[in-house]
Amino acid sequence: MLKSVFYFVIFPGFLFTAVVGLLVSWIDRKVTARVQWRVGPPWWQNFADFVKLLGKETIIPQGTSRFHFITPPLLSISAITLVSTLLWVMLINPHKSFLGDLIVVVYLLMMPAMAVVMGGAASGNPLASMGASREMKLVLGYELPFVLALIVPIIKTDTIRLGEMIRFQAEDGVVIGSWSGIIAFLVAIVCMQAKLTLVPFDIPEAETEIMSGPYIEYSGPALAMFKLTRAMMLFVLPVFLVLVFWGGFGQGSFWSVLLGILKYVVLLVVIVLIRNTNPRLRIDQAMRFFWGLVTGVATLAIILALIGA
Amino acid sequence: MKLKLKALTKSPWVFHLNTGACNNCDIEILNVLTPKFDAERLGVLLVGSIRHADVLLVTGPVTRQAAPRLKRLYEQAPKPCFVVACGTCATSCGIFKDAYNVVGPVDKIVPVNAYIPGCPPKPEALISALVKLLGTVK
Repeated sequence: MLKSVFYFVIFPGFLFTAVVGLLVSWIDRKVTARVQWRVGPPWWQNFADFVKLLGKETIIPQGTSRFHFITPPLLSISAITLVSTLLWVMLINPHKSFLGDLIVVVYLLMMPAMAVVMGGAASGNPLASMGASREMKLVLGYELPFVLALIVPIIKTDTIRLGEMIRFQAEDGVVIGSWSGIIAFLVAIVCMQAKLTLVPFDIPEAETEIMSGPYIEYSGPALAMFKLTRAMMLFVLPVFLVLVFWGGFGQGSFWSVLLGILKYVVLLVVIVLIRNTNPRLRIDQAMRFFWGLVTGVATLAIILALIGA
Repeated sequence: MKLKLKALTKSPWVFHLNTGACNNCDIEILNVLTPKFDAERLGVLLVGSIRHADVLLVTGPVTRQAAPRLKRLYEQAPKPCFVVACGTCATSCGIFKDAYNVVGPVDKIVPVNAYIPGCPPKPEALISALVKLLGTVK
């Protein structure tokens, strides 16, 4: 019991994920600044932002349901903490895996988006409800190809236990060593970008258009929770993809762990590069993209995986 | 308490409001965010919603139309929040003094923490004002 609490609150859970998440979102900001030929913020910038937001006043707009306005930030942060705890416990000790934990993780990864929809709709602001409706459409768009892409490693490794997936890939080679695996991995990267709501899929918040959408009425600690969730997702989602498609972080030897970190950094660089070289899509373009091209490619990957390529 | 204020001085998020300026100050404000001056070094971000802001940056003389909105925006901002009047018009109405549609300078409507004179103020002046303003927070 005490051990579970420790797992959830300190090591692979909240504290660890939050600190690493804030650091990697600093890397994101810094690289973006360098791409734009600026200097960029210092490394503790996101920590300062977080502490500052904790010290600000929380305003609950008139005519909103207090409960529905305050719970979404907590919901999203606890969901993403749980995902991180699950993934890291599995990465450190694959024997801890239980049947269907992949499905649990996929469900929990959807919670932050659902929380944003709930909070945006509850805040009683026209721009926020527009952002919430866009977020909902975007979720409908990317969940289908994301799940289809995850079916490929399930077919390849013949299991829905994350621990088994790590062990299988350690013995018989990684999933992206095959054609179907590579295609599914590319699809998953695109869906990850949308899950993180980064450019070109930052349609729900669209700073210049609907003034950060669902977050518009949030201030102080509630906003800090949402910002922290975003930072943690930037850490957790690439780790999830590394685990499922790329064989995890490896155990024991120093070099395998270093290789694991390198895999994560590669994914982070891909995210930042996509973010910095694309314009924002319209919501209908994004839907057409996800349900047309991306779903088609994901289906192709599944067919390839079924015939063993 | 001290840590909170320290963090506030390290990440001032700015909400920019034009209460009737000629757009010249606004161009200079955007200049501060460009690669040459890069205010993000100091943690400055331009935010879209007043609920996220720590600094309310007002440009222009306050017109009759804008006055109630400025007041409401100030009330909507989560405290602690600073108000900065940017440009000669915001500090003293400038050439629009005694105009029929102008209520007055910004400090007639809401309390102002820092004044930046100039028509328009240079980006260096804006950054210097920001640093001085945050220096007073202790």
